[in-house]
This record gives sequence, C-alpha cells and structure tokens, in this order.
Amino acid sequence: MESILVGLIILLSVIVLVQLLRVNELISEVKNEDPNEITEKDNNTQGILTFLIVGVLFLAFVLWQFKYWGIHILPPASSLHGATIDTLMNVTLGLIIFVFFLTQPVLAWFSFKYRGLKNSAAYYYPHNNKLEVIWTVVPTLVLTPLIIYGLNVWNDITNADTTNSKVIELYAKQFNWTARYAGEDNSLGKANYKLVKGLNELGVDMEDENAGDDIITREVHLVIDQPVLLKMRSQDVIHSAFLPHFRVQMNCVPGMTTQFGFTPTQTTAEMKEQEGEDFEFVLLCNKICGAAHYNMKMKFIVESQEEYDTWMASQKTLKNTLTLN
Amino acid sequence: MSEHHKETFLTKYIFSLDHKMIAKQFLITGMFMGVVGMTMSILFRLQLSNPGESFAVLEFFLGEKWAPGGVLDPNMYLSLVTMHGTILVFWVLTAGLTGTFANFLIPLQIGARDMASGFMNMLSYWFFFAATLVLMYSLFVESGPAAAGWTIYPPLSALPQAIPGSGLGQDLWLIAITLFVVSSLLGGLNYIVTILNLRTKGMSMSRLPLTIWALLIVAILGVLSFPVLLSCALLLIFDRSFGTSFYLSDIIINGEALHNTGGSPILFEHLFWFLGHPEVYIILLPALGIVSEVISVNSRKPIFGYKAMVGALIVIAFLSFVVWGHHMFITGMDPFLGSVFTFTTLLIAIPSAVKVFNYLATLWRANIRFTPAMLFAIAFVSTFITGGLTGLILGDSALDINIHDTYFVVGHFHIVMGVSAIYGMLAGVYHWFPKMYGRMMNKKLGYFHFWVTFISAYGVFFPMHFLGLAGLPRRYYTNSAFPMFDGLTDINEVITFFAIIGGLVQLLFIFNFFYSIFKGTKASENPWKSNTLEWTTPVERIHGNWPGEIPSVERWPYDYSKPGADEDFIPQNVPLKEGETEH
Repeated sequence: MESILVGLIILLSVIVLVQLLRVNELISEVKNEDPNEITEKDNNTQGILTFLIVGVLFLAFVLWQFKYWGIHILPPASSLHGATIDTLMNVTLGLIIFVFFLTQPVLAWFSFKYRGLKNSAAYYYPHNNKLEVIWTVVPTLVLTPLIIYGLNVWNDITNADTTNSKVIELYAKQFNWTARYAGEDNSLGKANYKLVKGLNELGVDMEDENAGDDIITREVHLVIDQPVLLKMRSQDVIHSAFLPHFRVQMNCVPGMTTQFGFTPTQTTAEMKEQEGEDFEFVLLCNKICGAAHYNMKMKFIVESQEEYDTWMASQKTLKNTLTLN
Repeated sequence: MSEHHKETFLTKYIFSLDHKMIAKQFLITGMFMGVVGMTMSILFRLQLSNPGESFAVLEFFLGEKWAPGGVLDPNMYLSLVTMHGTILVFWVLTAGLTGTFANFLIPLQIGARDMASGFMNMLSYWFFFAATLVLMYSLFVESGPAAAGWTIYPPLSALPQAIPGSGLGQDLWLIAITLFVVSSLLGGLNYIVTILNLRTKGMSMSRLPLTIWALLIVAILGVLSFPVLLSCALLLIFDRSFGTSFYLSDIIINGEALHNTGGSPILFEHLFWFLGHPEVYIILLPALGIVSEVISVNSRKPIFGYKAMVGALIVIAFLSFVVWGHHMFITGMDPFLGSVFTFTTLLIAIPSAVKVFNYLATLWRANIRFTPAMLFAIAFVSTFITGGLTGLILGDSALDINIHDTYFVVGHFHIVMGVSAIYGMLAGVYHWFPKMYGRMMNKKLGYFHFWVTFISAYGVFFPMHFLGLAGLPRRYYTNSAFPMFDGLTDINEVITFFAIIGGLVQLLFIFNFFYSIFKGTKASENPWKSNTLEWTTPVERIHGNWPGEIPSVERWPYDYSKPGADEDFIPQNVPLKEGETEH
C-alpha cells in the first residue's frame, strides 16, 4: 500500500513538472522568444549568483566550519615526532588556505565582472609567455622548500634511531588487538603462525630463548618520554594500527612485520586534565578488515616510570602463562 | 561512402556501429549506474548520521535480510561502500564519462565519418554492458556483493571466511572488472588510432581541440595501465580459486591455518595502484578537456595558453605513472620509496596550478554567457582548486601518516576527482546535448540543478575534512565505539542532509534529460556559436556525420572574438583571410 502511494506521488510530480515546462514554453511562444536561449538577463542573474554563492556564501561556509568545527580537530600531538608533523601541517595548511582564499574569490569575481552584458565584448588574448612562465616558476619556487621540508620530517621519523627503544609487538586479528612486551631482554621471541594454539594465541616459538620473558597484555602502558618501537603483525587480513594522538599509523600485514617508533610526551593524566575526564589514548584499526572493523580498539596509557613498574610487576610472563596452566 | 547505409531499429539503436549512438548508450548506462551508486551512498549516509536507527527506505531497498527492522547490517554497509566506489569510479566516471565523450566527440571534432573500427567500438560497449549485468547481478547473490572496499585489498577480498562479501559477490566483481578492462582496451585502442589517423585535412595536432588532446592522453593512459589491473585481478582470481599464494601468507582465519606462505598483499597494492593512480587521471583528464572547451566557447575567448594546456596535460599524465606509491606510505613499503613518491606527487601541483591560472586568465576580460554547462565548468575550476590543494597534504608522506584512510581522504578525492569529474560530465552533457539529440535542454531546470548541486556537493564533502582532522577513519559502520568521536554527530548530520538534497536534485536533471530528448525545443545547427567541427554537422543524426564532403580545417579551434572578424567566432573550416595570422 505504502509503495503504491509513493509510486503515485512520484508519478504525479513528474506530470506536474511536465505541465510546468509546457506552460513555460507556451508563454515563451506567445512572447515570441526561444525559452532556452541564454539572454542578457540570464547572464546578469547567473553572474551575480556566481559571485554571491561561489564568492561569498561558499567562503563564508568555509570560515563558519573553521569557527564551529575547528574544535574537533585533534589536540596537539602527544609524541616527539608528532610535534614536527604538526608544525609541517600548520605550514602546509597556512599555505593552502592562503592560495584558496586568493583563487576562489578571483574565480567568482571574474565570473561576475565579465558576465556577458549588452555591448560588452571579449578581449582576444590567446597567450602570454611571460605570464605563463611566472605561474609555472612561482609554484615551483614555493613547492621546492615545502617538498624538502616534508622529506626531512619523513626521514627523521622513519630513520630514527631505535636501538634504545622498548620493543612492543601489536598483533591484529579480526576483531581485536593484542600486545606483546619483549620483556627483560627487550627482544621478542620468534613467532610462527602455525604455532598459534590455545593459550599461545600469538604463535610464539617457546624454544626461542628470547620468548620466555615476553609478556602478553590487553592494553599498552608506556612510560612518558621513553622511546618505544611498535612491531606489527596480523593474523588474517590487513589491519592498520592507528594512534591518532601520537601521529602514528602503520599497516599490519599478514606474512610480514612492520614497525613504527615514537616517544610519548604527555601522560594520560595530563591529557585528561586538558581534554576532559573521558580522555583515553586509543589504538584504532584503520584498514577495512570486516564486519566489526569499526569496533576494533585497544587502550594505550602513558604514565610515570613508577606507575609503569607497578603495572608491569603484576603481569605474567609468557613462560609462566604457558607452563603453569 | 560505406557509412551511409539503411538502418533497421536493431542496427540503429541496439547493435549500432555509429559512434554517436554508442556514445549515447554509454551515457545512458552511465547515468543509470550513477543513480544506483548515488542511491547506495544515501543509504549508508543514513546509517552514518543516525547509527542504529530504523529507516523504512533501508528495508525497502535492502530487504529483511540486509536491513532487519530497517537497520543497516554492518556487512551490507561495507558492501554498499564497496559497490558505491566501484560503480562511481569505473562505471560512471570511466566508462560513463570517457565512453560517452570520446565516442561522441572524437570523430566529430577531428572530422571523421566514424571511429577507425566501428565494430570494435560496438564490442567495447557490449563488453561494458556485460560487465554491468554481472556487477548488477552480484547485488542479488545470497552472500551479498563484494565488501572489501573498491580497492579490494587481499587477504580480505580473497577469503570468503573473512567477510561474506568475499564469496560469490567478489567472484562476480572480478569477472565484471575483467569484462570492463576488455571494454576499456577496445575503446582506448580505437580512440588512439582514430585520433592519430583519421583527422581531416588541415587538422594538425596543434589545431586539435583540447577535448581531443585530453581524450587521446586518457586513452594512452588506459591502454598502458588497465592491463596491469587485469593481471592484478587475475592473480587474485588464482589465489581465490586455485590455491596459489601470490598475495597470501601466514594466515589463520576462523581458527584454521591456511597453507599459503610467501605471498604478499603489498604486491597486490603495487599492482592495483599502478593502475589505480593513472585511473584517477583517466577520470579527471576528460573533464579537464571538456571544461577547457566549454569555458572557451562561453567566455567567447580563446583558451588562454593552448600550448601550456596541452603541455600540462602531458606532464600530469606522465607523472601519474610514477606516483602510485603515495597510496602506500604506511603499508610498510620502504620509507625511501616513500620519499621518492612524495617528491613526484607534489610535482603534480605545478602543471595543475598552470591549468588553474590559465582558466582564470581565460575568464579575465571575457564576455561570459552563463549556460548551465558554463556554470558547471566554473564550478569545476572551484572544486579542482579546493581538492587539488588538500592533495598537497595527502601527498606529503609525513602528513599522510595521521590522515591516511581518514575522512580527510574521502573529502579530498570526492572533491578533486568525484565532484570535479561529475561537473565535467554534466557540463559536457548540457553543452553537447543539442548535438546529441537535436533539441535543447531546459535552461531553467538546468540552472536550478546546478545551484542545488553546487551547494550540496560542498555541503557534503567540505565538512569531511574536519572529520578527518579529528581522526575519524573511513569505512566505519558507526563511530560510537570511540567516545573521542562523540562530538562529530552534527557534522555527520549536515553531510547526510546535503547528500539527500544533492541526490534528489540529480533526479530532476535526469527528468530534464529525458523530457528534452522528446519534448525539448528544437536546436539549431550551432546553438552556442562554437568553432569546432561537430557544429558544422546537420541537426538530423546521420551515420557518417556530414552529408557531403568532410570539411577541411583552416585554423585552430579557439578563434573567439578575434579582432577584425565580423562575428565573435570563426569556425575551424573558415579559411584564413588574406593577411590574417593564425593566433
């Protein structure tokens, strides 16, 4: 019944539209003009509309969004390298906002100013090599330092010295995360997917001498200002370890290990003070991985050395977990 | 002339060899797919702004199985996102856009009776049609359509145990895309050969309209990159069905350890994006060509810097082959490669900037006639600027770390290639409709369509940048699992509101299109007072395009408002006057 009603309404609106168009055409016929010819009046109206909508309304909407939605933008980075990314971001954003507010008004203004009116004529101006050289060279000159700056930041992040970093493995599977601390020796035991069985859910090779002191956890605790090296593996499909507050992201790819090193610079407690009591550092999955992709998360906690030591002391090593049970 | 022959209904409308009819077939199929893809986006937008709420429309379209009680199923959400992307990228903006305008414009604008091979051209459409049927059929299979994202990264796309959509739905997706690649190659080879060999007397390469330059470069890009997608898809079919391990390694799924070792999903990503990035320009370049033509005609001015425009197209096309890695900065690819791809990617800003400045210079001291096509062309310049600028952020590997796969990316690519290319396509339809159907589209509906589209497109996609900067990942069924995203509801509601408005107004365009085919006011031979050769053909469609001799070309296509001329346009077949120099 409902769908018949909807169908009828659609049919009626089409008929109404057709009749409206007919009336429009008949009126034009009586006036002896072509209803679809673009007239000077059209040029005037549309030129003004272009100026108002492209040049004013749209740009005002953009500013409005910065004012009211700008607060949703992530807070400043809580990691050492994150701060350099933020600076690069601000420089780039500044540049593109400048170019945006330079070119869009020009587009709207030219469209309005040069709308075709009675007696107006276009100026035959096929090319001007000097101008073209200028607007090839200027973007090049602006881009060159930006590219070099960006590459420097990237190299600093990816080539950072990780010899003193605490090694933690992030293990992804549909649809949760597991962490493995490398333990006292700061060296992860080897793993093989064929060894995944029962409590050994990460497939750690217990015959490897580095494996025994590894510690498996469901949340990750980090010490402020201490560098960590995250090593990522996946059990099934591609996942992506995304820690937006630390400006960290790396895919977890089955069959290989990926890594990302960083140093947290703010504790969870400090962030709670700044962002509100609900604040937590979270690890999200940011590569489509299945039905519950949106639900795949793990808590990260940054704290002082003492708090960390207390927490760590309560964790069981892999050797204990696998042998005592 | 063999092209002038008797046509039956079947050879005229169905198995037509006439490039103009094949163009219309591509256009109407593309429009149909556009409506399907757009409807999907509105369905999943409802879930994103009102997660978990019941909508009768969801149950109406998806049924009790995929929207129980009117609430969207998470697997179906991923299927809708996947199919929306696939349909829009390949079916609408590749086949619908290039298929329409390459077929329609190439012979008409270069002065040829038809394509080099009319039969191959027909095959190209029918392979596309077969691909369409297979893809549409996949919407109705028990386990649902493909759901691994339009980029179908394995292992998710390879393992039916990982997501139901990777069952039969993914098989059909791969078959459809294989047929699609065949169609695209048949078309592309034909376009290249036609442009290089069948130009009329006097139509030198430096007198080609920019539309044809763009379509030529697009065809070359397609011929070089689509075979790579084909091999990429074939290897995936092997992994899925024949137990090979090209992309699979060390996998446990549903508690079962698979035998596959030694494969790499990264290999898939390289192969996919080797097509995938040029594909972005396969979508964008025809729009750039159309917009150049429409802006010049309606500014009543030559396009500014013709040679620079051609040069920029060539540079962009070349660079598009060496930037694919910018989709893979954080996949675990060697960071050094990341640096190289950052460098090449940011270089694209230079030719893009040249194009924008040349468009602005064309509008400067113009005498603008605001046809609906012209409005869409101006809007294209606006979205090309907006979307191009955010590319400077995404192309920078260091910045990509934190916004990769967030809504920032969704906002960026929808504006720079989605909306821009749709604007180019709509500009093309409004502009060439009189030549396609011999009638005019209703101008008032056109204006209304344009302004609502312009406002809602920015209303949908600009706010997404803020979602992305807030860290919200794309392809999330809902963001309610993370309290940090709780404040984003109002942004999502605004986006959905504009998506619905923008979607509805496209129906008005489709109404205008079909109404005008049958009832529009009669068009004259050259309603826009344009210079290019297609406007010298008669209003009545004939196979062979010109009843008599093919006109010869005497000048470039952009002699608008040339001093000393009687009118503000001089068609390409008008000889130079004595003492007149060519631009």
